[in-house]
Amino acid sequence: MKTIKYILVMIVIVGSGFEVQAQNLTANEIINKVDDNMSSETQVVVSDMVIYGKRNKRTVTSKGYTRGKNDSFTEYLAPAREEGTKMLKLEDRLWIYSPSTDRTIQLSGHMLRQSVMGSDLSYEDMMEDRELTDIYEATIISEETIGDRNTWKLELIAKVDDVSYPKRTIWIDTERFVPLKEELFAKSGQLLKKVVMDDIKQVEGRWYPFKMNYKDVLKDGKGTDFIVKEIQFNVEIPEYIFTKASLKK
Amino acid sequence: MMKLAFQIAYKNLMGAGLRTWLNVAVLSFAFVIIIFFNGLMDGWNRQSRTDSIAWEYGHGHLQNDAYDPYDAFTLQDGHAEIPSKVKNVTPILVQQGNIYPEGRMMSVLLKGIDKEQGTIKIPTEAFTTSTAQFPAIIGNRMAEAAQLKVGDQVLLRWRDKNGTFDASNITIVDIFDTTVASVDSGQIWLPIETLWEMTGLHNHATLAIANSNYEHVPIEGWNFESQAEMLQNLDDIISMKKYSSSILYILLLAIALLAIFDTQVLSIFRRQKEIGTYIALGMTRLQVVRLFTVEGSMYSFLAMIVGCIYGIPLFIFLNAKGIGMPQASQEMGISLADRIYPIFGLQLIVGTILLVTISATIVSYLPARKIAKMNPVLALKGKLQ
Repeated sequence: MKTIKYILVMIVIVGSGFEVQAQNLTANEIINKVDDNMSSETQVVVSDMVIYGKRNKRTVTSKGYTRGKNDSFTEYLAPAREEGTKMLKLEDRLWIYSPSTDRTIQLSGHMLRQSVMGSDLSYEDMMEDRELTDIYEATIISEETIGDRNTWKLELIAKVDDVSYPKRTIWIDTERFVPLKEELFAKSGQLLKKVVMDDIKQVEGRWYPFKMNYKDVLKDGKGTDFIVKEIQFNVEIPEYIFTKASLKK
Repeated sequence: MMKLAFQIAYKNLMGAGLRTWLNVAVLSFAFVIIIFFNGLMDGWNRQSRTDSIAWEYGHGHLQNDAYDPYDAFTLQDGHAEIPSKVKNVTPILVQQGNIYPEGRMMSVLLKGIDKEQGTIKIPTEAFTTSTAQFPAIIGNRMAEAAQLKVGDQVLLRWRDKNGTFDASNITIVDIFDTTVASVDSGQIWLPIETLWEMTGLHNHATLAIANSNYEHVPIEGWNFESQAEMLQNLDDIISMKKYSSSILYILLLAIALLAIFDTQVLSIFRRQKEIGTYIALGMTRLQVVRLFTVEGSMYSFLAMIVGCIYGIPLFIFLNAKGIGMPQASQEMGISLADRIYPIFGLQLIVGTILLVTISATIVSYLPARKIAKMNPVLALKGKLQ
């Protein structure tokens, strides 16, 4: 699913090097290893997005196809009111198809700041696919233990102006090269959002988090859970999936 | 002759006893209700106009072209530097943000305003006496919705001009009480310099409120909406309210007029001998018609007197004490005070008197026309015609 893919991509994608050394690895090497572990040419994921409200929770099931870092297609399967809604992202453009109106709309500008299906994630959060190294300067600041896992704590400080979060902190498992936690900060240093990865399992030789919680920490509540039900790496995806025509199919 | 008609009409009416007083009571009620409703609307109109000018409109708004007050999505781009040649205005920068009172997220409009301004009644002097880093002023409705008091701090999250998130605690330095919900509900007022600093939009404004010395010359990229244009919306709402509430008193008036009409029809039928006698004594048919018409229209005079007896003290009381408005209705976008003081103008009272008297006279005259066609001999005999 696109959303999960996005969060992971957001956390792990890097291009060029960081300078700081951690044990024998630089920040760059650590993140490269995470990237090797988690990303693939293509990915097909069936997942549940659990949105917690004040009194109830909603589960939205979807199937997502991802190609490379920039293209993705998501089809919502449940509940009935969301069924058939499709979302296509090609590079920096995003279209949504709604079966009830039989219309495809392209989201732009202010509309990208809206929440995705009432979750704690915005479309704009999903659209960010610049490489982290292009927008952040990273440093390894410490080693910490999360649960029974040893992690490197990486601090990323924005080096460009047009980013939503000027500072991020990421904890990366030192053995499995999987991010376990991420915190997103405001300009003032105020913590805004927290992502926690859980249920790490090995699939096709790589470690992958099967549960993620994305939470707006300023708000009460349990945030939004992303639970992977099925995942396949490097499968062949027909070309037509990543076209606008597939939205109406 | 007219004097005689009045005397006879008066005696006949008094003689009819309860039937007269029932008609008079209903008519007087219609009379008082008409004046009351219109007075209430006029009072609301005057209060809304005065308050809207004082709190929001000033002498008009100079708005950025890309800004649409009815579309919050235009706030992101609907601002620019106000040209330096524009004088006598108070610039306002409007941006969006979220506050988190007690873990709830609330969307708010952040409005930056000059500390020294005197154009509208927002109590910006509280900014100058505060030492807080982010001093904020809110209205009563906002304070209640977010459960905030003076001195409270609340976490605010906003985005700067690049879309980067920022968050900090703001301090409530004053809470104002206004009837104008559109400067209060869901809004936080900050010093404009602070908002410029927060967003990086230095010297930018979404709109500017003109003061009395402002003289408009067209400026590229900016629209001017005059005070009169802004008040037009308010006038439209109130005149629509007037029409919808008029149904009630039109119904009441119709019942009263129907009662008079019925009474007249019955009188003419039962008093045929009396009509015959009047004609036999030398009155012309027209004079008899006039007599019966005067009798019918006299209901309206009596209704006026009765209406005055209980209406004047009631109106004086309402004018002094006002009428309480339910809390819920004050959340609406239009200005509505918690108490409205009705205005009972001379024009309203004279207009209502004319309306009731003329309509009562017409319904009295319609059945009385039959007299003109009566055969006086048959009438004297009391035979049905």
